[in-house]
Amino acid sequence: MEKNLQTTTKITWCPGCTNSQILVAFRQAVGELIEGGKLKQENLVAFAGIGCHGKISDYINVNTFTSLHGRLISAMTGAKCANPKLTIVGFSGDGDSYDEGLEHLVHAAKRNSDVNLFVHDNRLFALTTGQFDAVSPKGFKGKSTPFGSIEEPLNPLLLMISAGATFVARTYAGDIEGTKKIMQAAIAHKGFSYVDIIQPCITFFDSRDYFKDAIYWIKDPFPTDDQRRAIEKVTEKIGGKIPLGIFYNVQKPTFEEELWK
Amino acid sequence: MQKDPHSEIFTIGIGGAAGDGVMEAGNSLGTLLRDLGYEVYLSTSYPSLIRGGHNFARLSFSKTKVWNDHSNLDVLIALNGETVKLHENELSETAVIFADSFEPADVEKFGERAVFVPMAYSVTKLSLPPITRNSVALGALCYLLDLPLQTMKKNLEIVFKDKKPEANIKLAEIGFDHLKDKKFRHDKKIVPGTPHGEFVDGNTAFAKGLQTAGLDLYFAYPMTPSSTILHYLASKQKKDGLRVIQPENEISVINMALGAIYAGKRCAVGSATGGFALMQEAFSFAGMAELPLAVAVSQRQAPATGVPTHSSQSDLRFAIHAGHGEFPRIVMAPGDPEECFRAGELSLNLAWKFQIPVIVLLDKILSEHTMTSELDYGSVSIDRGKVAGGTNENYGRYEIKDDGVSPLAFPGAENTTVKVTSYEHDEKGFTTEKAEEVEKMIEKRFAKIKHIEENMKGRETIKVSGDPKSENVIVFFGSTKGAVLEASNFFDTPAKLVQIIWVEPFPVEKVIKEIGGAAKIICVEGNHNAQLANLIREKTGIEVTDKILKYDSLPFDPEDLSEQINQIFNF
Repeated sequence: MEKNLQTTTKITWCPGCTNSQILVAFRQAVGELIEGGKLKQENLVAFAGIGCHGKISDYINVNTFTSLHGRLISAMTGAKCANPKLTIVGFSGDGDSYDEGLEHLVHAAKRNSDVNLFVHDNRLFALTTGQFDAVSPKGFKGKSTPFGSIEEPLNPLLLMISAGATFVARTYAGDIEGTKKIMQAAIAHKGFSYVDIIQPCITFFDSRDYFKDAIYWIKDPFPTDDQRRAIEKVTEKIGGKIPLGIFYNVQKPTFEEELWK
Repeated sequence: MQKDPHSEIFTIGIGGAAGDGVMEAGNSLGTLLRDLGYEVYLSTSYPSLIRGGHNFARLSFSKTKVWNDHSNLDVLIALNGETVKLHENELSETAVIFADSFEPADVEKFGERAVFVPMAYSVTKLSLPPITRNSVALGALCYLLDLPLQTMKKNLEIVFKDKKPEANIKLAEIGFDHLKDKKFRHDKKIVPGTPHGEFVDGNTAFAKGLQTAGLDLYFAYPMTPSSTILHYLASKQKKDGLRVIQPENEISVINMALGAIYAGKRCAVGSATGGFALMQEAFSFAGMAELPLAVAVSQRQAPATGVPTHSSQSDLRFAIHAGHGEFPRIVMAPGDPEECFRAGELSLNLAWKFQIPVIVLLDKILSEHTMTSELDYGSVSIDRGKVAGGTNENYGRYEIKDDGVSPLAFPGAENTTVKVTSYEHDEKGFTTEKAEEVEKMIEKRFAKIKHIEENMKGRETIKVSGDPKSENVIVFFGSTKGAVLEASNFFDTPAKLVQIIWVEPFPVEKVIKEIGGAAKIICVEGNHNAQLANLIREKTGIEVTDKILKYDSLPFDPEDLSEQINQIFNF
């Protein structure tokens, strides 16, 4: 099934790291699209930020652009403006896009840039060996917050819906098939596609057991064109459950279409 | 002084509140004078606000090149009362003041030189917007200068072609006739030359250089004094051609550009030095990833927000050392609009030739002052650099070549994988932490320096004027060129004038050749720390003997400067 999208670079994620599940899901997702003639491999460009997620560039045999920390989204929009034929996917982390590069995330959603962003969301800074970040739960004890973080976490999905993202989804790294399908749907969507991928860090914040029980897929048919319902869903707090799926999916003119009109 | 500075040069000041159309009047008048065959220099000064503050445009013109405006006014057009108070000390003995009204004390003081010109009255009578009232003064000025009314009308039609030409011409006629009816004197006549070139500021000339060299995309976040590059290029967007994008901040500006360059477009970014400060990490990324990027950096009085609309040359070192880490770059510091055009063209072409970031260092004076210039469009060709031919499964974006320049391919090329990264990398663009590969890649990037230095030998990296045999040398960079060249008209003894245009890589041999044997070397700079003097010492071992430094945020005045220089050389 998988097209030859692998490289010979040694994978240096921790053994058992859930990033590998995202890597597999991505190879399958685009492998199928390429095999099915829906995507030309040479037109696929994968961007990455800096963080554990960013190592993915070395593990996929496609065009890649490994940006600075937090800046991949700007570079993605730049590349899409330069050549609208390209299919642009971006791998980012929660530290990368919810902390360092938050302004670019908000503005890419606002301008509906036709790029796809997959955020490996492990709810802390991992590559720097474990500090709290914008989405760590309040009270999180990391190396910079030994007595517990004093800040409430951000809800990035809510932020994305209000900023104007036209495709907002969440998936779970451990569900490779589910992640693959969401990635394919994101790529098929014209406009800014935002996918939060819950990706527990097995070394610094192992929340696999918690998430395994907490997540559930929203049932079809969910009205993905209803912004109010989408907001309700991504802010839902029922029994500590965390919904997965496509919450919002609407069509609007893209930035690049408008630019070249 | 050798000669009377006002025998061949005529200077007009136009002052008013922000929003009175002072800048527009200066530009219209400058364009008109250029069209009539004069060499014109226009400076503008304004505070960082939109309405109410004092705006002042000053224009000097002559038959021969005017490198800088003069502070001694022959005419003052006062669009408000404050203007008379602020500039009365700058009036020459015979200067006239055009104003709507005068305070009794001023009438007494200036006598017949206080000339009532019905500006506000005329626009009210004709129900025209107040901003057009300077056209009345323009007409009066044409009478004073004894410019033929018909020629003037023809030229006004061109100058005002986008702004109600009929109304403005009517107003100019009123002003002209007003002085004619009074049988007012005609002022000394300066014979025009042949109209040539264009009346252009440094930012526009720079932007035209980019355009001529095939600019595809320009990215910028507004910041004085760089914003007019953004405005000019935005107005020149074309279907299937140039596009201009204003992202959310300077960090996004440069990172967007890098993404677009990766995808194959010729891109430039521009900002003031504060905005460029925000771009540092990504500037370093351009160096690491060998992404050809052209950057315009316009200096203003710093540190921090500083004096936003005033001038400075305090970022020479900042530009040369921009970005963390070591990587090759070119920094050019043009000194007039013609050189800005050349630098704009070269910034794109050399960025692509060597796959490096190139900075064009401007400043407020250079960016915004306007002068008659010849932009050499015909000499520009487009250098796309070393492009990978055909498709190649073994393509390595960072393949080692003798000259350090790897063939370029872009995403979308069949069977070719293009990997670019901010990490140190191997020849294929995969991350590496192996010491020998890290060292090899640093050396690969620096292998370009030899070729850049070879390339720059044939270029105008420095310019020498004045008396080439003189043992007295004046050295300078950037917009200070205008003040020094204009000042040189008033030197007691001629001096050799050495302008340094390329500041990185530094034209070491050429500079040593020109200043090495000098008895006295004066370095003239718009900063406190004598950054150019120190750079010269660092690169050549030559110590300048004297420094003239200005860091009060105002431009050099050529006559003051000539006095300072005469004092040093006569000592």
